[in-house]
Amino acid sequence: MTPAAMTGPDPVTATGLLRRAAAWRGGGALVLLAAVALFPLVFTNALVTTIGVDTLIFVAAAAAWNIFSGYSGYISLGHAVFFGSGAYTVGIAARDWQLTGNSVFALLPLAAVVAAVVAVPFGLVALRVRRHTFVVVTIAVFFIFQLMAFNFSFTGGTTGVSSPFLAWNPGTYNDPFYYLALAIGVGTVGLSWLIRGSRFGLQLRAIRDDEDRARGLGVRTMRVKLAAFVISAFVTGLLGGLWFYFISQVLPQSGFDPQFDLSVALIAFFGGLGTVSGPVLGALVLIPAQQYLTEQFTNDYLSQIVLGSLFLGVILLLPRGVIPTSSEKITSWRARRSGRLAAAGAAGGAAAGAAGREDPR
Amino acid sequence: MTALLRAERVSKAFGGVQALSDCTVEVARGSITGLIGPNGSGKTTLFNIITGYERVDAGDVYAGDRKITNAPPERAFALGIGRTFQLTRIFPRLTVMENMLVAAQHRGVRRWHNPLARAGGQADRRRATELLEFTGIAGHAKALADTLSYGQRKLLELAYVLVADPEVVLLDEPAGGVNPSLIQHISARIGALNASGTTFLIVEHNMDFVMGLCDRVTVLDYGTVVASGPPEIIRNDPRVLDAYLGTTEEDDDAPDP
Repeated sequence: MTPAAMTGPDPVTATGLLRRAAAWRGGGALVLLAAVALFPLVFTNALVTTIGVDTLIFVAAAAAWNIFSGYSGYISLGHAVFFGSGAYTVGIAARDWQLTGNSVFALLPLAAVVAAVVAVPFGLVALRVRRHTFVVVTIAVFFIFQLMAFNFSFTGGTTGVSSPFLAWNPGTYNDPFYYLALAIGVGTVGLSWLIRGSRFGLQLRAIRDDEDRARGLGVRTMRVKLAAFVISAFVTGLLGGLWFYFISQVLPQSGFDPQFDLSVALIAFFGGLGTVSGPVLGALVLIPAQQYLTEQFTNDYLSQIVLGSLFLGVILLLPRGVIPTSSEKITSWRARRSGRLAAAGAAGGAAAGAAGREDPR
Repeated sequence: MTALLRAERVSKAFGGVQALSDCTVEVARGSITGLIGPNGSGKTTLFNIITGYERVDAGDVYAGDRKITNAPPERAFALGIGRTFQLTRIFPRLTVMENMLVAAQHRGVRRWHNPLARAGGQADRRRATELLEFTGIAGHAKALADTLSYGQRKLLELAYVLVADPEVVLLDEPAGGVNPSLIQHISARIGALNASGTTFLIVEHNMDFVMGLCDRVTVLDYGTVVASGPPEIIRNDPRVLDAYLGTTEEDDDAPDP
């Protein structure tokens, strides 16, 4: 029997469906991108654009976290190490080299490189253990870094590091941060998409499913995991540097913030772990929601409780995240619909095919 | 002529249990070698040692003339030693085709390549499709591996080990837990592969399967080789009957085809 006869649904229709779905996704992404790019032109209020910058930083941070944790299945709760390292790197450099004006942005690549360098020994130690032990090791490393920031003199101890005064127009102060965060976000999501379809991404997902089996099929797992960890750290450090100028100050508890670790993980879980669009959607929904709630209730604890309940609701109803669960629903709905359409026409042919089929079950 | 694969005087203990002691097993190039023995006799431990999942306490493993003792799994695979697991291990959240491509990435490895290139070039996909057709599960190529039945998973595991063209394939109970018609199917496929040059080392409890397929059988008991030879000699060896507490004899009562 021919291979075409074994593939089930008519290949022409299946390709057509796939193409249409890809067109919808591409179109949706473009519309979303245009809306986000025009946002600061429409909403010029600094309070609103500040939320916009925060949201975009988390879009990129969650996408970067997902490149490592989402694809490999190694859940890191230590990414604040990279965020803080990036923030402190530009903070200390700006303080010691007394940079002002737009030249401060030239330091951002340095923040990314320092975070990536930190990720190498961190990864070589932590990636030897798996699952829960890995999570615990990342938390431990995170606290070591926070303690170091508190106690070293070059990090400024408890007073942290403040940036030099940036004499920019307060009305448009947020704009460069907004568009830089947007550019980093788009770049990271693009990278995440490239990696997901690549052999590197396939190796990461194989590690997520069964690391030992992957080794037995020739995957050099340590190298692959470490590469993803370093890429993820690079982007996170870049964002830490950007965030430092945005806030113009870094403290040990704000640079190395446990809330950051939980947030990026929550965002990715909410949107869909290991998907390209999940972390984007998660951050676009959760960060503004959190900020809105904080302003509505003025009481930080209450907004946290509301957010926590929302998360519990998602875990109950959409345990694998919004994107995978809803795409499954759509696929099964489509299959049912096309099944009904095909049933009438294909009944005769399917029976003939089944008879000659040596399909072991 | 040196054997394609040889475990020489290998010993391995887990705590107080001696899983293998002074065990020597050879697999000749082009052969289908059977490895039998009661539960706990060390068959799977030997597999794990050859493929790098366990380290030896003593002894050596050779691939041809090359010593590969304690080589990690990825290196053993790169040297042309593929294996399947007793409890089938596939990648459940990858599609069947993606499962195939994980192993295919090491075909014709170049020193430098673009790590962000799409997974699976045309040649890899063609080879993967050929093997899926050969094992009879090509119709499921786009399905998540999680949706396959137990027997289909066995076939997928066999197919993706073959995708990198290994010289020798170690099969851990290929006929375990699958229905008789599928056993026939698997047996025929192994025979066909062997005819085209692939060497096999097979652990199996199904005596008809082993005796019908293998041209040499090694018997393990308490981690030691008690007998080794052609199947017709082995099936009448009193030491083997003893090791199996007479179960081989019952199997033999079944009418020969």
